Amino acid sequence: MSSDRRKGDPHGKSGISDEALRRELEEIVAEYPEKRAGALMCLHRAQRHRGSLSLASQVLVGEVIGSSPAHVRELVSFYTLFLEESPGRYHLQLCRTLSCQLRGARDLKDRIRRRLSIGPGGVTEDGLFQLTEVECLGSCDSAPVIQINDDYFEGLDGDMLDKLLDELSARPPAAGGQG
Amino acid sequence: MAFEKVLTRNVGNPAVLSLAGYEAAGGYVALRKALKEMTPIEVTEEVQKSGLRGRGGAGFPTGVKWGFVPRGGERPVYLINNADESEPGTSKDRLLMTHDPHLVLEGTMISAYALECHHAFIYIRGEYVREYEILMAALTELREKGYLGRGMLGSDYDLQVTMVRGAGAYICGEETALMNSLEGRRGEPRLKPPFPAQRGIFGSPTNVNNTETLANVPFIIERGADWFTGIGKERNTGPKLYCVSGHVKNPGIFELPMTITCNELIQEHAGGMLRPDHAIKAFIPGGSSVPVLRADELDVIMSYDDLAEAGTMLGSAGGIVMDDTTCMVDALRNLEAFYAHESCGQCTPCRQGCGWLHGLLTRLENGGGVDADIPLITELADNIEGHTICPLGDAAAMPARAMVAKFKDEFRAHVARKGCPLRDKVTA
Ligand SMILES: Cc1cc2nc3c(=O)[nH]c(=O)nc-3n(C[C@H](O)[C@H](O)[C@H](O)COP(=O)(O)O)c2cc1C
Ligand code: SF4
Ligand code: FES
Repeated sequence: MSSDRRKGDPHGKSGISDEALRRELEEIVAEYPEKRAGALMCLHRAQRHRGSLSLASQVLVGEVIGSSPAHVRELVSFYTLFLEESPGRYHLQLCRTLSCQLRGARDLKDRIRRRLSIGPGGVTEDGLFQLTEVECLGSCDSAPVIQINDDYFEGLDGDMLDKLLDELSARPPAAGGQG
Repeated sequence: MAFEKVLTRNVGNPAVLSLAGYEAAGGYVALRKALKEMTPIEVTEEVQKSGLRGRGGAGFPTGVKWGFVPRGGERPVYLINNADESEPGTSKDRLLMTHDPHLVLEGTMISAYALECHHAFIYIRGEYVREYEILMAALTELREKGYLGRGMLGSDYDLQVTMVRGAGAYICGEETALMNSLEGRRGEPRLKPPFPAQRGIFGSPTNVNNTETLANVPFIIERGADWFTGIGKERNTGPKLYCVSGHVKNPGIFELPMTITCNELIQEHAGGMLRPDHAIKAFIPGGSSVPVLRADELDVIMSYDDLAEAGTMLGSAGGIVMDDTTCMVDALRNLEAFYAHESCGQCTPCRQGCGWLHGLLTRLENGGGVDADIPLITELADNIEGHTICPLGDAAAMPARAMVAKFKDEFRAHVARKGCPLRDKVTA
């Protein structure tokens, strides 16, 4: 399956070499009528491998899609899913928009705050969890929703969230993934 | 005749994730029929006759839009399946992608054939990682088995389908912003004209349709336009996916004809109110961008035309139900925070106006509001609407005006009582 998902910790580093990454990006770009149209897919792939988009990764993507580093930088700053710094191992992206608020998203935020001592934007000291409040995740009929790395956790209440956090905390760091 | 679900007929049947399973359930019959028995013009005409209207928000007739795309010109034609689904309240396209990826692809393929397009794109929101993987797996199987590419399925037609993942920007659902994003630029809407049908991506004629819109096409081709026009009511034909979220017992996505009323959708299909002792107060019928309806206005039929007549819109059919514990000032504040966050910043009225609206509503909610703030909300909305490049500005303005008009007493009470008179606030 030619998806860009890698085994292991999706927010960890795959250890791919620059050369191998460049080859993967060139393969992506070949599918588009113009190289630059592969920009978002290349940035996603680089971020998947490297955990975030360092300046060096941005320059590499720029070379492959034929854009200046400044242009790539503009993209990284415009699109919220592109990160210049790696998030916590488990990136809790809590939907804050109306349908989720009506079904208790605020309670989930309070619970995370009490349990992990972090508010929106915060990372736990051990780097395990980061909380970000995000806008509608397009899963309003199963509100409230938290996206953790690649997966949606839907229809959560406080107890379900607690159980989920227990499970994630208990995983050995190298195991990665999130269910 | 009883209404037959087609768009969601394969929901709950995981066998259809594979090509063989989808074909066993009757899939790709329409694609074969189109390729073997119909010309692209005939496919377009059938869609025109069906009266299918865009399910992405504006409700523009799909076949008419396809008719704007020039054929046989020098430049290639592109089709984009808009799977960006980011309008608050809306989660219907996700259902199709998760449960019936081949239906999404078959609709895209037949529509591409109709437009004489040889390269179609599916632009999916970046957060939908699993949905992307499901579609990608289906796409890969099609490529491997000769359903795509040169001379697909033994025809003389060639088609390539490519996925593009967005990266977290609501505005990229707007078709011209989407086109910029697909070209590897910031997702900033473009001025029209030129219209996409003349000059879209890569300087070529481009047609953008919503995922649900295109998922209707296989059924129109297989069963004919007459079958489609027999569902719903005049000018509002075919099956429709309705989303219901908020304070109902059974939130979900419901496939129904456009003869259903808001009350029927909420009470009969979504199971009625979440808490029996709390009655419905307000309903946003078409996603966060459309004007709200009060509890006494919900006998209206949820068609494009009936909702327009009632002063609101079917939009993306993202229904949001709020019971009597919900503060309308706070609900609006929540939505204006969304628009302020998602404004691309190109137009001053939108960039500044959404932020001002959010600030004003925050002040009212927190008890610092004055009487003059209430008409100011309406005035701000008037100054945004119609003065921007893209409709996001209108999307922020219309709900604000409607909330104030329909719940003025509640806004006034926030000033008089120096804060929210309701206990259950929407946001912290
Ligand atoms: C701010 C904004 C966001 C939009 N988001 C979406 C979206 O997520 N999905 C979609 O299909 N259409 C969206 N649209 C509508 C598109 O611009 C376009 O009208 C639609 O994709 C056309 O498809 P249709 O004719 O099949 O409805 C949005 C429009 C605006 C103004
Ligand atoms: S209306 Fe808002 S989102 Fe649309 S182009 Fe202008 S600033 Fe950008
Ligand atoms: S409002 Fe949270 S998923 Fe839509």
